[in-house]
Amino acid sequence: MTSESQRQVGPPRHGSAIHDPRIRAIFYQVVFLVAVLWGCYQLGLNVSSNLETQRIATGFGFLGQPAGFAINQTLIPYSETNTYGRVFLVGLLNTLLVAVIGVVFATLIGFVVGIARLSPNWLVARLATGYVELIRNLPLLFQIMFWYLAVLGTLPQPRQSLELGVAPLLRRLAESLGALDATGIPAALNALAERLAPASLYLNNRGLILPEPAVTPGGLVTAAIVAAAVAALLVLRRWARRRQEATGETFPLGRAALLLLVGVPLAAAVLLGSPVSLQPPELRGFNFIGGVRLIPEFVALVIALSTYTAAFIAEVVRAGILAVPRGQTEAAMALGLDRRRTLRLIVVPQALRIIVPPLTNQYLNLTKNSTLAAAIGYPDLFSVFAGSALNITGQAIEIIAIIMAVYLTISLATSAVMSWYNARIQLAER
Amino acid sequence: MASAPARSSHISAGAIAPRPRPPEPGRLAAALSRLFAGPLNTALTLASAMVLAALIWPTLRFLVLDAVWDGASRVDCLEETVGRPVGACWPFIAARFDQFMYGFYPELQRWRVNAVYGLGLLLLAPLLIPAVPFKRLNALAFFVAFPAFAYVMLVGGRLGLPYVETRVWGGMLITLVITYVGIVASLPLAVLLALGRRSDLPIISAMAIAFIEFWRGVPLVTVLFFATYMLPFFLPADWSIDALARVLIGVTLFSAAYLAEVIRGGLQAIPRGQLEGAAALGLGYWKTMGLVVLPQALKHVIPGLVNSFIALFKDTTLVLIVSMFDLLGQIRSAFADPNWATPVTVLTGFAFAGAIYFAVSFAMSRYALFMERRLNTDIRL
Repeated sequence: MTSESQRQVGPPRHGSAIHDPRIRAIFYQVVFLVAVLWGCYQLGLNVSSNLETQRIATGFGFLGQPAGFAINQTLIPYSETNTYGRVFLVGLLNTLLVAVIGVVFATLIGFVVGIARLSPNWLVARLATGYVELIRNLPLLFQIMFWYLAVLGTLPQPRQSLELGVAPLLRRLAESLGALDATGIPAALNALAERLAPASLYLNNRGLILPEPAVTPGGLVTAAIVAAAVAALLVLRRWARRRQEATGETFPLGRAALLLLVGVPLAAAVLLGSPVSLQPPELRGFNFIGGVRLIPEFVALVIALSTYTAAFIAEVVRAGILAVPRGQTEAAMALGLDRRRTLRLIVVPQALRIIVPPLTNQYLNLTKNSTLAAAIGYPDLFSVFAGSALNITGQAIEIIAIIMAVYLTISLATSAVMSWYNARIQLAER
Repeated sequence: MASAPARSSHISAGAIAPRPRPPEPGRLAAALSRLFAGPLNTALTLASAMVLAALIWPTLRFLVLDAVWDGASRVDCLEETVGRPVGACWPFIAARFDQFMYGFYPELQRWRVNAVYGLGLLLLAPLLIPAVPFKRLNALAFFVAFPAFAYVMLVGGRLGLPYVETRVWGGMLITLVITYVGIVASLPLAVLLALGRRSDLPIISAMAIAFIEFWRGVPLVTVLFFATYMLPFFLPADWSIDALARVLIGVTLFSAAYLAEVIRGGLQAIPRGQLEGAAALGLGYWKTMGLVVLPQALKHVIPGLVNSFIALFKDTTLVLIVSMFDLLGQIRSAFADPNWATPVTVLTGFAFAGAIYFAVSFAMSRYALFMERRLNTDIRL
């Protein structure tokens, strides 16, 4: 095509139009377009005749009909008499819940592992490399099923729940210090464990049970105070930046932020009492009463998705940090910036520019991979809609089209935002 | 420092005598000394060592030391029978091994599968080693002749081979068939899509972009569902299409979109001068692409392609969701076997499947790395 476009530089040849590359290009494209449209038309004809002979209803009317099946995790009220439209909403919210929580954990683990891979400490770097290699070379579905069947599936009954948190650690510490009984240290540890026990989590074959947080009356006042502190910090930051640009004087913004964001809420909590009270779950009979129960499917899916994506994020982070040339750090040090400022002002902004686009891609992958929930029965959008709803209504085309449209919208919207972001940072570079 | 009394006292005139190089500790010694540099590093080292010990020792005990190696049924893998804590129950794998490899492929016909595996390996090995000659012929055999041979052998129904329907295929056979077909069928499509996306013709490039972005934007599970449940509606009513073939079509379209993006990266790396050189020689579009651009671009992207193949290999497990029993699916269904229901059966199965998936993916990723290094030293444009 390049050769053709270069041939057209000269005056158009006389004679037949067959040899004019521009006309040829238009001709080929029209032929191609007609062929594609004709193919689509044929497929459409097939679909309509097939649907007619098999007597399958068409259209999106089914969204208003009652669904008639139960869903084992709903974030909004739902019952069997609700419509398929409601089922769609429940599934979408479940998908978003897994995606958001998975993204948070994947980012945390990914950054820690990615930085650990660059650690000068040989053992730490090796351990991080081992993690990345092991996780990346095993299929995600394998890992989801492993966590669901081999780990969570073998947990004990609620009566023998595993207690997770600080309290059981303290109790075990007290037990191992039994020889020091006379000093009173074990007793003090046990007493502390009793105070912290309401914050414990319980893991058993029915899932992960968390204490239920409830906002206390003082909590609202504390929230207002925190909001005021954040606003004050933003004003302060503007003022500090202006002053620095005008006079060159720096302001210890980090310490001020620490005071405002940690000190003020802490003081408010001490004065007004804890802003959130924890309602610990209680074991009654064979089960827990109260607390928030996360179903095992959800726990397995979140663990698998976040550890899997974290391995890829770790590689993204490592590549991003390595891509900042050493000369940048050296130049910053030559200018007299200290280590912290070098990182904050020179290395991190440049590394982030490289990290953010592939990082978003990983978030998108995590969201798309959450459809594997269908294999263990977590009710995400795909498994309630393409599983239960498809089986009952038989309207494969509409249902799969809806699901594909949802994921396509998420993907295309994200890549649109990304190309906008890329264009922006490209401009900043010049 | 040598002094120079004739000139200003602080400027040296003579050459500075080279200082002896400080004795360099060996790399290992340097690495070891960094393990305990400062309290933070020491703490990190100790914590890592504890994590490693907590992972490796129980794994070793489970897989080897406490494992049961001989037995005929679940009884041999129970703690009460053995009289000690029990690790992996390997007789379970041995009893189910054929099913994990072939699914329910008729026992008497399994030599056909083995013949296909054997020929495949025989053709693949020389293709992977850069030093072996006759690459073009070899590639032709592996990508064109071998699929035809494998089809006749596996499906049968001609040349005196009994017909074996794909419904009874399973295990590793399904995993490998999907991976191989996914690679071989999607590569040509991917090349066309990548060329289309880079094309100057606006309609062609818009269609290529739409196709690529569509398949990359939806999860593979929905693609498999689309292929399994929607595809039959799009075909004339009197056509029946095999369930495995539907999955293969879905996987091919999906992986073509991803491979196209990898190949596009290679096309973009070819300098303009190459195109101009081809134009100066009077080559048309297809000759320019086929003789000048693609041979260089494809060689460039071999590591990227291999990484996509790894992803495809791992993604074959997803066919489980459309009720097809690949290696992982066979192992999962074996968990339900009451003959082998023990507390360690599930973990044993996962250990076996994990070892296979890890070995294949890891080997492929090392190969990608090896090619990357080789290409980096080979090509300096």
